Amino acid sequence: MTAAKVLRYELQDLRRSRWLLGYVLLLLGLTDALLRFGGGGQRAVLSLMNVVLVFVPLVSIVFGTMYLYGARDFIELLLAQPVGRGSLFAGLYGGLAAPLAVGFLLGVGLPFLWGGQGDGSLAGPLIMLLAAGVLLTLAFTALAFLASLLFEDRVKGLGAAILAWLAATVLYDAVIVLVGMSFSDYPLELPMIGLTLLNPVDLGRVLLLLQFDTAALMGYTGAVFERFFGTVLGVGVATGALALWCVGPLVLARGRFRGKDF
Amino acid sequence: MTGPALVAAPAALALPRMVVTAAGLTKRFGRLEVLRGVDFAVRTGRVTAILGPNGAGKSTVIKTLLGLVRPDGGSIALHGAEIGDDPAYRARIGYMPQQARFPENLTGREVVHLLRDLRDDTVPEDDDLFEAFGLVRELDKPVRTLSGGTRQKLNAAVAFMFRPSLLILDEPTAGLDPIASGVLKARILRARAEGASVLLSSHVLSELEELVDDVIFLLEGRVEFQGSLRRLKETTGETRLERAIARLMQRGTR
Repeated sequence: MTAAKVLRYELQDLRRSRWLLGYVLLLLGLTDALLRFGGGGQRAVLSLMNVVLVFVPLVSIVFGTMYLYGARDFIELLLAQPVGRGSLFAGLYGGLAAPLAVGFLLGVGLPFLWGGQGDGSLAGPLIMLLAAGVLLTLAFTALAFLASLLFEDRVKGLGAAILAWLAATVLYDAVIVLVGMSFSDYPLELPMIGLTLLNPVDLGRVLLLLQFDTAALMGYTGAVFERFFGTVLGVGVATGALALWCVGPLVLARGRFRGKDF
Repeated sequence: MTGPALVAAPAALALPRMVVTAAGLTKRFGRLEVLRGVDFAVRTGRVTAILGPNGAGKSTVIKTLLGLVRPDGGSIALHGAEIGDDPAYRARIGYMPQQARFPENLTGREVVHLLRDLRDDTVPEDDDLFEAFGLVRELDKPVRTLSGGTRQKLNAAVAFMFRPSLLILDEPTAGLDPIASGVLKARILRARAEGASVLLSSHVLSELEELVDDVIFLLEGRVEFQGSLRRLKETTGETRLERAIARLMQRGTR
């Protein structure tokens, strides 16, 4: 299995990466601090949610893009071996996404374990937080592949990656507010749901907000989502859409990788 | 001697002994026409140099042969079989890229292990170059701590490791000190003596002269000259490769 061999070497490489270690330590520190001083479990999870939604996509796409540009020459050497492009791509993606996802799980999960949030009321939100973080990691790693394959120039590729992240976090919220204000006289539920589906970060937010009773207070799209779908269906739709955000860019990147001239 | 040898002999006579044949290769990158109908053949058991100024299409030809670049038109064949999507043919190729950049947190030994892992064949490996370059001591250090020259030695050693029947060396002596360069040249000649074919590209013409049997000279995406080194010198009336190439370039631009 070529993919497994490539994956194993990449894990070996990334396991020793200082950047990845820094990412895990930062998440550990942040989560632990929020749990200790953030005032109660649920509020800590809510604060943590905002960190996860902004920080995890940023690290995944920027670290991923930089790693791939750095590995470019070695990928060429691998392509010159008797190895199929499809399996090489699978190994490279797995080898990059897996350490990022595991790093996230450790960084956010461990403080909850040793912090002893034992009353069980937080289990649901925590599991959703971890799931959303992993899905966002997978999606933005796939976007990192896409960026590094679309642009030969690493500065342009990194720029595109950061722009994608900005669009999903900051610019998107601005558009939502703008749309909400401009068309406040019209029924906006369906367009808003449509807009939500277009943004993986917002999907992650909706998923998490649906775990709390306060969903309606926590943002426009979350409230609309709950009213339209109800909690259970809402979670299903949002998870499905987020999964599509992982698969879509990945399929595009794979096609690009297979047809590309290196 | 029985059957097989007798049967094989006429076939070998009938087929020209070519390891690589390319016919009508074309490739454009955007508006840039890099290859404009390239035909060439690389003879088995010889050292062939692809020469040409920057942008002439040397790397593109090499990358096409490796399957890194897909040509827009034309065909290229290794050992008589056209190169397609099946990657298996690359098991017979040893490739030394122009500059080696290995994953920085891995050790040389881990890189070697990976490349070995990716091939299923059981050919006993050739570790000669690791010893000749004095690489053995360096293999357990992370690649990022190795000097550029050491990395280039590793790069070369890896290309020869699997006893390939075709060696593709892109600017092989760039970045090597004179001693290492001498070791590599000796190794290239030994590979040829053992029946391997070598295709190399280089700018450093004088350094190559002693190695090269055949020359393919590319200019602006076309083959301007192809043949033995002796014939190149005869047709240009020059005794040194460097001067002969200069003469070809003058002729091409006129």
